[in-house]
Amino acid sequence: MRRNLQDGADPGWNRRAFLKVSAAATGGLLVSLYLDRLALAQEAASAAAPKVYPPDAFVHIRPDGTTVIQVNRLEFGQGIHTALPMILADEMDADWSHVVAELAPADAVYADPVFGIQMVGQSSSITDSFTQYRELGARTRAMLVAAAAARWKIPEGDCRTESGVVHGPNGRSATYAELAEAAALIPVPEKIRLKSPSAFRLVGTKTRRLDSRPKCDGSLKFGLDLDVPGMKIAVVAHPPVFGARVKGFDAAAARAIEAVRDVFEIPLARGTGVAVVADRFWPAKQGRDRLRIEWDLAGTERPDSGRLFAAYRDLARTTGNIAVARGEANAMHAIPESRRIVAEYEFPFLAHTPMEPLNTTIRLDGDRAEVWAGSQFQTSDQLAIAEVLGLKPAQVAFHTEMAGGGFGRRAVPDSHIQREAAAIAKRLRGVPVKLIWTREDDVQGGYYRPMHVHRVEVGVGSDGLPTAWRHVIVGQSLVAGTPFAPMLIKNGVDSTAVEGAADTHYAIPNFHLSAHHPASSVPVLWFRSVGHTHNTFVMETLVDELAMRAAIDPIAYRLKLLKPDAKRVRSTLTLLQEKAGWRRSVPREHAVGIACVQCFGTAVACAAEVSVEEKRPRIHRVTVALNCGLAVNPLTIESQFQGGVGFGVTQLMSKGAITLKDGRVEQRNFDGYCPPYMKDAPAAVDVHIVPSDDKPTGCGEPPVPVIAPAVVNALFRLTGKRYRTLPLAAL
Amino acid sequence: METYKLVVNGHPMEVATDPGTPLLWVLREELKMTGTKYGCGIAACGACTVHLAGVPTRSCVVPISLVGRRPVVTIEAMTGDPVGRVVQDAWVSHDVVQCGYCQSGQIMSAVALLKAIPKPTDADIEQSMGGNLCRCATYVRIREAIQIASGQLK
Repeated sequence: MRRNLQDGADPGWNRRAFLKVSAAATGGLLVSLYLDRLALAQEAASAAAPKVYPPDAFVHIRPDGTTVIQVNRLEFGQGIHTALPMILADEMDADWSHVVAELAPADAVYADPVFGIQMVGQSSSITDSFTQYRELGARTRAMLVAAAAARWKIPEGDCRTESGVVHGPNGRSATYAELAEAAALIPVPEKIRLKSPSAFRLVGTKTRRLDSRPKCDGSLKFGLDLDVPGMKIAVVAHPPVFGARVKGFDAAAARAIEAVRDVFEIPLARGTGVAVVADRFWPAKQGRDRLRIEWDLAGTERPDSGRLFAAYRDLARTTGNIAVARGEANAMHAIPESRRIVAEYEFPFLAHTPMEPLNTTIRLDGDRAEVWAGSQFQTSDQLAIAEVLGLKPAQVAFHTEMAGGGFGRRAVPDSHIQREAAAIAKRLRGVPVKLIWTREDDVQGGYYRPMHVHRVEVGVGSDGLPTAWRHVIVGQSLVAGTPFAPMLIKNGVDSTAVEGAADTHYAIPNFHLSAHHPASSVPVLWFRSVGHTHNTFVMETLVDELAMRAAIDPIAYRLKLLKPDAKRVRSTLTLLQEKAGWRRSVPREHAVGIACVQCFGTAVACAAEVSVEEKRPRIHRVTVALNCGLAVNPLTIESQFQGGVGFGVTQLMSKGAITLKDGRVEQRNFDGYCPPYMKDAPAAVDVHIVPSDDKPTGCGEPPVPVIAPAVVNALFRLTGKRYRTLPLAAL
Repeated sequence: METYKLVVNGHPMEVATDPGTPLLWVLREELKMTGTKYGCGIAACGACTVHLAGVPTRSCVVPISLVGRRPVVTIEAMTGDPVGRVVQDAWVSHDVVQCGYCQSGQIMSAVALLKAIPKPTDADIEQSMGGNLCRCATYVRIREAIQIASGQLK
């Protein structure tokens, strides 16, 4: 994937462009820690050799001592804008109270070290950039120490650093700001020593977010809040059926609105649409409402949820492409009918609906363009805009804007939002334009978590443990037709559709899993925790059912069934058992359900205390134990887990589904598609972290999958019913 | 186009716009006060909450022509508001925010709650905050921060 996506991108990072962008973003003159020679050094390094990241692309020390650290990926709630600077500042021995974080613009130097493109996904930010940011901090520190040693004409070994100051013998000291200019002339050291974890001062401590205050006083500018001089607003009338095209339109009523400046047809990733450009959002939207468009539906599929589910159910009775074939294929035959369970599950389309509606601002000026966007995929979004505008990526300055949530919705392989905005900017040439998707565009616009049907047959041994497991998963592939396909589709199986089941941490000797990926015109996309959203639900409700049949405690049963090497999951179940507060004083009309998962490396075990109120589950208290290796910022981790389990309630909501009828999406806004509000989410979430010095793994997605199965496992104890169709109907 | 006189955060202001333009978009685009957020446009998410004559109100469904003489107070005034400041400080010290996009509205609802009921119960909090959607689901910390702020109010 690395090569695929980088081909055609600007191979080197453009230092001048970077400095221009940084200066524009901060409004001040930057004292660069390192000068241009570094770019040459980087060019000289072969592509295959391990990269020495240039510190000056990541760290700037201003004369007043402020240390500005570039964050190489999007901040959209997950806290990376605080965690990566913590890691760098710790190794650098910077003064945390003077650290400022900035979101880096699109540039090759800010690519994820593992994926090779600039991105947020798979909860990999900390996993992939932990060592990178430590090394950057250590290199920066080494250069500052070398500058101090040269100034004082003493060995570097006689210097120590603390909180933004280099100390030498005889009480000599110099601040990093005083040394920055001289340090910039020191060659970047290749070999550096990293701290031992016991020497960390920031990493591992509960550290408050750097972005709270401006998010609490209204001053933080999200992408939607930006105001570029002379900017116009665009909204687009999208086809009512995916892939439909404009046959003709009457814009007279729209053009009659004084502030409407232009109305024109544009190509879309699927079909075509009509853009309305106005001075302000409201007239643009009014203009769109007044358009009379005749749509050409010829050749469109007109998908229908009911018909799709029926087709999926039929497919689920046949073997798909083989994902796992372990043990005997006919082991089920040896198990008597009385010890078999057949379970069918149905999951609907889900919309991400981040709170900040999707938007992008573009200014095309001659052969240069400037973009402001909250993007999880800067590299490919920049490339897409360049392609539409007929420019090279290096001619497109791409500013990463803080985003109001995303959950996968801003990681779009076809860059459809950017392409749409670029098509409009191309026509407006010279006039900056902000494309805004209204909430209706968002809810009806596709890019959903795909709907799925699972059919599982389990044969239980005389000891109550499963000996045979036959599992068929039916659902659209997330990556078919994208640059990710060669990497993620093997033997016709999309690994993102089977993760959490194919790689189950349970030891099931005869395990057969296959998948069908029927094609559909409904655009689909990864949704926070991806395949785990449905696979964990299936695995954890079935295992719970098996535990009940065997009359074994659900935690004890899981511990018994775990593979010997499932150490992380084991550690979380064990910790959950120790933190037994959730077992005590559970009222008679409440019940506790259990679930666990390992998702993108991080293991989670969860106990949810639930009752039934007004025919809905009421989640009183959730206890979570997790193992993410070294916990970089335990405060953010606690927050992510509290919020992540709340987010996971989405699929239990009575209106937690996107449905299609004869090609049209039936929901329009938060009245029809209804994510959890305060009373729907857990009232309390206690988070316990397994102490560990292992390589850290992510915490954005792992909290999400456990809550839905834990809640329905609790509901079974209250109602005696198993819940295998989501969203959850009235209890 | 009509001209409307407004009092926003104590300051008299004048805007010329279409009578149907929602207060939200007047604040954001005419007055360049972008702390008040657009989330749904149908009063279903609370991101656009302002105080209209002291009442927490979804500004996305209030046409400018219906504001009249009622003073408008937005998130931008909260730093200078005794209760607003306490709530903001509680939010920051308790690390409530994640993406932060809904938090202007959450804080406006919380301030209105604490002005009406300085010592709210859990039920009061659920009722007053019940229409403010947070997709990051920071609800647990919002509940806690409201209690922290309540404890700090005289």
